[in-house]
This record gives sequence, C-alpha cells and structure tokens, in this order.
Amino acid sequence: MTEGAALIDGGARLAAMLPPGWIMMLGALVVPLLRGPVRQGWMLALPVLGLFQMLALPLGSEMSATFFAYELELLRFDSIARAFGLVFHSAAILSVVYAMKNDSALEGSAALVYSGSAISAVFAGDLITLFICWELTAVSSVFLIWASGNERANRSGMRYLIVQVGSGVLLLAGTIIHYAETGSLAFDHLGLVGFGTGLIFVAFGIKAAFPFLHNWLQDAYPNATVTGTVFLSAFTTKLAIYALARGFAGTEILIPIGAVMAVFPIFYAVIENDLRRVLAYGLNNQLGYMVVGVGIGTEFALNGTVAHVVAHVIYKGLLFMSMGAVLYRVGTVKASELGGLYKSMPITTLLCIVGAASISAPLTGGFVSKSMIVSAAAEEHYTVVFLVLLLASAGAFLYLGIKVCFFAFFGQDRGFRVKEAPLNMLIAMGGAAALCLGIGMFPGTLYGLLPYPVDYVPYTVSHVVTILQLLLFSVLAFAFLRKAGLYPPELRSTLLDSDWIYRRMLPWINDGLAFAYNRAVDRGLGPARGLLSQVMSTVERIHRPDGVLGNPWPTGATTLWAAIMLFALLLLSY
Amino acid sequence: MSEHFPALQVLLPVLTAPLCLLLRHPTLVRVLSLAVTVGCLGISLALMEQAREVGTVVYEFGNWPRPLGIEYAVDTTNAFVLVIVSMIAAVVLPIGCRNSQVPEGREYLFYSAFLLCFGGLLGVAITGDVFNIFVFLEISSLATYILIAMGRDRRAIMAAYSYLIVGTIGATFLLIGIGLLYQMTGTLNIADLAVRLEDVKETRTVIVAFAFAMVGISIKLAVLPLHHWLPNAYTHAPPVVSAFLSATATKVAYYLMLRFIYTILGAGFVFDVLQFDVILTPLSLAAMFIGSLAAIYQTDFKRLLAYSSIAQIGYMTLGLSLNSELGAAAGIVHLFNHALMKGGLFLVAGCVLLRVGSTAIVDMRGLGSRMPLTASALVIAGLGMIGVPGTVGFVSKWALVSAALDQQAWQITVLILLSSLLALVYVWRLIEVMYLTEAPEGAERREAPPLYLIPTWILVLASVYFGFNTESTLGVARAAAHQLLGGAG
Repeated sequence: MTEGAALIDGGARLAAMLPPGWIMMLGALVVPLLRGPVRQGWMLALPVLGLFQMLALPLGSEMSATFFAYELELLRFDSIARAFGLVFHSAAILSVVYAMKNDSALEGSAALVYSGSAISAVFAGDLITLFICWELTAVSSVFLIWASGNERANRSGMRYLIVQVGSGVLLLAGTIIHYAETGSLAFDHLGLVGFGTGLIFVAFGIKAAFPFLHNWLQDAYPNATVTGTVFLSAFTTKLAIYALARGFAGTEILIPIGAVMAVFPIFYAVIENDLRRVLAYGLNNQLGYMVVGVGIGTEFALNGTVAHVVAHVIYKGLLFMSMGAVLYRVGTVKASELGGLYKSMPITTLLCIVGAASISAPLTGGFVSKSMIVSAAAEEHYTVVFLVLLLASAGAFLYLGIKVCFFAFFGQDRGFRVKEAPLNMLIAMGGAAALCLGIGMFPGTLYGLLPYPVDYVPYTVSHVVTILQLLLFSVLAFAFLRKAGLYPPELRSTLLDSDWIYRRMLPWINDGLAFAYNRAVDRGLGPARGLLSQVMSTVERIHRPDGVLGNPWPTGATTLWAAIMLFALLLLSY
Repeated sequence: MSEHFPALQVLLPVLTAPLCLLLRHPTLVRVLSLAVTVGCLGISLALMEQAREVGTVVYEFGNWPRPLGIEYAVDTTNAFVLVIVSMIAAVVLPIGCRNSQVPEGREYLFYSAFLLCFGGLLGVAITGDVFNIFVFLEISSLATYILIAMGRDRRAIMAAYSYLIVGTIGATFLLIGIGLLYQMTGTLNIADLAVRLEDVKETRTVIVAFAFAMVGISIKLAVLPLHHWLPNAYTHAPPVVSAFLSATATKVAYYLMLRFIYTILGAGFVFDVLQFDVILTPLSLAAMFIGSLAAIYQTDFKRLLAYSSIAQIGYMTLGLSLNSELGAAAGIVHLFNHALMKGGLFLVAGCVLLRVGSTAIVDMRGLGSRMPLTASALVIAGLGMIGVPGTVGFVSKWALVSAALDQQAWQITVLILLSSLLALVYVWRLIEVMYLTEAPEGAERREAPPLYLIPTWILVLASVYFGFNTESTLGVARAAAHQLLGGAG
C-alpha cells in the first residue's frame, strides 16, 4: 500500500471510530494554537470533514462505549438523526464562513465545540450521552455571549448559563428517576408517563423555549457577538425540538403549548426595538410550529417538523447574519436608529429580503416546510390550532420579515454611509439564501431526507393563493398602519415580557413585603428590613472571611464542639 | 521479596527519613526521597493487585500469629488508600520545598519531615492493629505540624500551633476509645477485636469507646463543627504540603472511620443501635452547604480551596451515613477523585504563588492571559469540583446520587445537586477573575516553570482520564465497599 493510501485508510478508520460531531469537538481544541489563514482553513475544514464523515456512514450504524456499568450508545444513525445532522453540519459550515474574520480563538473553539456537541447530541442513543452533550452545548455556547465583553453580556450570559445548566440538571434527575422506574436508559419514545419523564419533558421544554420558560432566549441571543448569535440561533433550540420529536412525539399537551408559542412572541416582536431581539422573538414563534408538529405526532406532522427545522435553521441564520452584518458595519441594530441602508448595503438588503420571504412566501424554504405542519393540523382536525397557525404565519411575516427589512434597510434614511458587508459574510449569506430558494423551488430533495415517506405537494393553486392572500394582506396592514400613524413607534426601551416576573415582580414583591414588614415593625415588632435581603445578607455576613462560619474559630471553640459532639453521640446511644 | 511488600511499604519511607537527616546533601536527599515515593507507589500498586486476588493480604511481623503479634492486613479498601497516598506523594514531591521558610541548604529537614508524614499515613492505612494506628497517626501528625509551620509567613506557625492543639485532642480521644476497647476485649488486633466485641457490644464501655473514637477521627477528618483547624493549616502551609495533605491526610482519616464502623464495630451496631447517622447526615449536609458558601465569600484562593475541601468531606461522610454498600463506594471513590482535583488545585495555587507572589483572588486578575497553562489547569480541575460530566467530579457525584436514590432519599439527592450549584458559583468567581477582568498594570506575564506545571497537569489530566475510565476507580471502590460490608455483616 502506498503511503497516501495508508494515510487515507488510517484517517477513514479513525473517523469510523468517532461519532459525528466529535471531529469538530476534538479539532476545536487545536484552534487556539493556530493563527491567521491556517486557523481559518482548519475551522472550515472541521465541519466539512464532519459532514463527509457523516455522509459516509450507512443508515443504521451504531457505536457504543461502556461508562460505569452502562452501555452508552454514542451513535444511532437513523433517518431522523441524519436529517438533523445534515442541517446542523450545513449550519456550522455557513456560520464558520460567516465568522471567518473573527480573530478570537476562544470564540472559535467555543463555537466549534458547541456545534460539535449539538451534532453528537442528535446521534445520542441513550439519555446519559444526551445529557453529556446537552451540558456541553450549554457550557460551550455561553462563551459566545461572554465574548461580547461588556457587562450586559456578562450578566445575560450568566443568566443563560444558569437556565441551561438547570435544564441539564433536570434532564439528569429525570434520567436517573426514569432509570430507577424502568431500568432503561434508552433514548426512544418516552411519553409523559411518570415523574422522571415529566422532568425530562421540562428539561427539553426549557431548551425549546416553551412559553414562560423562554426568556433566556430573547435575553441572551441579542447580547451575543455578531457571529455568536448566528451559531446560537442554529443549534440550542433545534436540538430541543429534536429531543422532543424523539421522546415525546404525539404528546397532546404540546399542541396547545406550541400554538401559544406561535402567537405570543409576535406581540412582543411588534414593540421591540432591538432588531436582533425581534428576530429572537421570531425564532420563538417558529419553534411554536415545530412543537405543534411534534405534538400532533403523525408521520406527516413529524416530517413537517423536521422539514421546518431544516428550512428554519437556514433562513433564521440568514436573517441573523444580515442583522449581524448591519451591527458589524453600523454598530447598532436599534430600529429607532437605523434606516435607508439599502443604498450602502444593497447585497445584504437583497439577501435579507430573501431570508424574510423565506418565512412563508412561495418558492422559499418556509413555504414548503411550514405548510406541512399547518396541513397536518388541519388533517387531524385541530381546527382552532390550524387557524391560529395560519394567522401567526401572517403575523410573523408582517412583524418579523417586513419590520426587520423595512426599518433596517428602508424607512427613514438616517444618513449612514457604510461599506457593504465583508466578503466572507456575503458568501455565507449567499449560501444560506441559495439554500432557502433551492429548498423552496425543489422541495423533492428536502422531502427525500425526511424520516418518513412523503407524498405531499406544496404547490397547489389553493395553497399558493391562500398564502399569497395572507402575505399581501399583511403587507397592506403594515402600509396602512404606517400611513395612519397607528404603528407603534420604535422606542428606546428594554422590553420585559414574562422575565418581568423575576426581573421586576420579585423585587417588587420583596419591596412590598419589606414595606408591609416595616409597617408591622413600626407598630412594635422590633427593627428589621426586607425579609429576603435580610436572609441573603445574613448568609453573606456569616460566611464572609470575617463572619462566624467563614472564619476559623479559636481552638477553644473546636474543643467545645468536640465535647458537644461526644455528648450528642452518647445521648443518642442511651 | 513480594511477600514483604506490606512491611516495606511503611518501613521504606520511615527509615529513609532519618537517613535524609544524616546525608544532608540537597540533591542526594531529593533523589533518594523521590525514589522512595516512587518505590512506594509501585509497592502499593502491587499490594492492590495481591489484595484483589486473595482478598486480604496478611503480613505477620516476626511470624507471630494474631493476636499476639502485630500484623498488617491489606484488603481492597486500604490498598486503594495506599495507592492514593503514594500516588499523590510521588506526583507532588518533585516540586520540593520551594516557597517555604526552609533556608537554603536545609532542604533535608523538609524531606525527612515529608517522608515521616508520608510513612505515618501509609502506616495508619496498612496496619491491622488499633494501637499501631494511634502510633502512626501521631507520627504523621507531628510531621504534619512541622510541614505546615514551614509556610512562607508567620501565620503558618500559628496555624500549625492551633492544628497541633486540636490534632492532639483528636488523637487523645482516639486513644481513649482504643483504650476502652482494649479494656473490654484484651486485644488490639482489628480482626480479633471484631470477633471478641460480638459478646460485649451492648455494654456502656463499648458505646463510650465508640463515641470517643468517632469524635477523635472526626477531628482528624475535619467533619463540620470540628473543621476549624483545616482552613488555616491549608492556607498557610507551603503549596506542596497543602496539596499533599488535602489529598491524603483527611482521606486516611476517612478510611479510619470506615474501618472502625464497618470492620470493628459493625454497621448494624453503629447505625441501628447507636444511630450514628442521625448525627452524621445533618453534619454532612451542613458541611456541604456551609463549606461551599464560605468558599464563595473567601478572598484568598487557597482558603477558598480549603473551605471547598470541607464541603467535599461532607460528600464523603454523606456517602458513609447512607449506610449502604453504594454509599460507602461513593465515599471511597470520592477519596480518589477529590485527591486528584484538590491536589491539582493546590498545585495551581503553588504556581500562582510562585509567579504572582500572593494567592489573593484580586491578584489573580487576568491570569488567563498571564499564565494560560496554569489558568486552564484551574478551569479543568474546577469543572471537576462542579461535577461536570467527563471529569472525576461527575463520577463521584453520580455514585453519591445513585446511592442516595437507592435509599429513596429524595431530599438528600436534591440537596446534593443544589450544593453542586454552589461549587459552580465559587469556581465561576475564579474564572471571571482570571478571564474576564484585565490584568493589573505592569503585571508580569510569565508562566510557571515546568517543574510546577508538569505535576499540576498530571493531576488535572488524570482527573479527566478517570472521568472516563471509571473501572479502575469506581469499580475498585465498589469491590472495596463490598468486601468491607460483607466482611462485617
């Protein structure tokens, strides 16, 4: 055998030993050692290699390892995992191209570990492996937020990390309880059958940004770096959708949850000023569709969910990329400060329009995928849900597509004369836009990748006309509201939705309690302040280095304690 | 030769110690001590191998049979402890006594004290005779006081002094307990004690003996209200000494507790009749929370580590208090895992002390760029403290949580998970200071020398390696617990 052949053979065998995603995770460790073009090439090579390795695997491949006494299934390669693996790899490649000019080694390795762990999570065949990858995505992705390097991002990242790790802890607890109940660690259909699976469900729900569990998303994504947000938008939530589809397909409760998710973010998107935050709300809204699809749980609905994940990862990535480009060039994505950028960034404008259209316009990815979920709802006679989804679709287009494009690139010209986005960003956006259109025009390829056979034809006259009517109506509505001056003005403000509960209401309740307490105290109960802060400050006071518990006691105290403990032991035994 | 391994395990370091005093030559003493620790590591591994094969390796001194003579008895549990102690010693000793008060040319004093401490700890773990335990405990403790007093500033002497007082009280309590047991049975041999105690267990004397012995051991183990000697001692001792002691001394005390409860007195007696767990469980839980909370608010890195040790000891005693094979296994495996992590972290503190000149957390600003290898070692070992999967910390936590669940102790499970969130907070504080704040003006950008970094990274990498390869740790710990509980019923 020649040397080259031996090398290829060795490489192939090495690749065969690693589950998909691991190439990126391991390769990421080398990134900090490289510089300049070598690093850029290496970072691009990793997801490309990973993609090839995955494509080389035959369906049904398995790989396992022993961890403690448990057999871990590191690789389960079936059609649903393949579809997610494919879109995750594509997203990783596009995002790496987009981030090519970013020199931060920390961010680069974090992004690769993050993408790699999300990919290996998709191939995990048991709950322990899933948990490990789950936590890895959490820990690695937070660096994409912290890399922004400002105080706001630090705090937001910390909140993000707490929520994500919390989700992991719930997953682990659920796994252990599930194991105790059933003796199985396999990650197959779980269903809401016990306390353990309930915990797992909530863990997935946090990552999937269920209503009231969603705030981390709108909080963290807009605070990440320009390139970090693009990575973030692709993986975390879609991993959760995958996990739900695998474990909880056909769980009815998901349908109302998803329907609520599809609607409520739109209202926030209307009044939000930060355009990346608007997109984050849009992300949440589209997740609602996927959750509904999982909840319906028929083969057709699951196909729709997977298809929508594919389309959504790409067009949402494209939208975040274009807003990232704006942020990169202009320095802000506040709707109230932007306008008229189409003159200076024409290509970005065009690509952003493609991305916005892809939310649901015909000939784009969103049209052929989302309609499957909506039709599935109709087929299974969820009439209310069907109508809600249809309207949400128009609303999403109105407030996400039109608003983002309009305020950033058209609207009032604010006089920004900036350069077009850098070439690598344009290439990444171009690639994403091409994929959006490609999927929309040739849906057959996408349908061929879905887990179940598809006999769905998206381009029927009635469907196209319905959607076009909706879209035209929403354009009309936007234009009317603008003209009539009814459209909510873009205000400089921080928008709080249900994170209001913990960022405003809890302090408020605390203040209220403190007030009530003080009133009571004034009437003769002794001096004291707010109850909660009292406890917290007490904890700090006694644990500080100069506090009782944080400070070494004199020897005599220890002796006294020894005597007390001796006494207690004797007392117990008599 | 190999049949004399149990004797050599202890005699080698104990006899080399006076030899070092005589030789005095710095390099010679250094090489000799290193050779001895490495040799001891080899012997302990061989002993582990033998113990796994035959169950219990018994070595009778002078061929006097028990209970007349003194015997060494090595089963899986103490073989595991022997491996931990000698492994840590072999890894950390190459750094030697830098950053301490030892004057140039007097290094031999450090090495002989270290070898005595090392030999004493091995002796406690290996012997099958309770009085011998006391003797070796005193040997190691006296050497420990000297080692701690070698710290860089005067506070080290104060710390050593207060540890001396408290440690002596602990040893005395233990001795009283042993004396009372001897009074009731007329024997000092552990195996013999276990047999003869059967008839007299319910007597008041044995109960008092138990109480004294447990309080004595708890002081050495730094169980929560008796922990006060530990933070000062670990903070002010030279880095190598802190690393060695944190990784070994409390571990040996934990082994003693296991031995007294399971082999000598029997779990049924201790937990069902004396209800030791009624005291031990709340103390362990309190240690987990108070230790971690105190660690969060510390301003000095080494002191933070010391308080985190108190919390980690809480995890070990919690495993013991669950009174099950799984619980004991969780405690035993955490001995090893915590030794790796905490040993590594204290060596990181050594690197910081060497280059920065202080271990105050404010002085560690920007360490991520100033000393990248040191800082990343801290991060990896810190992830272990939190219990991130893929590190030894996760293995321990997993073992402990499954032991708690096995007993249907839901509340305890929740508390374990909550307290590991506290670890996240204190590790995060360090990461924030090292990576997210700017280095102070004019701070030196210089990595620690390889002499420091290599031992540090050996421990850190081992803490990752054994996070994946759990057979040689958790597997052995489970076998040890099985033997321990099976032997004593």
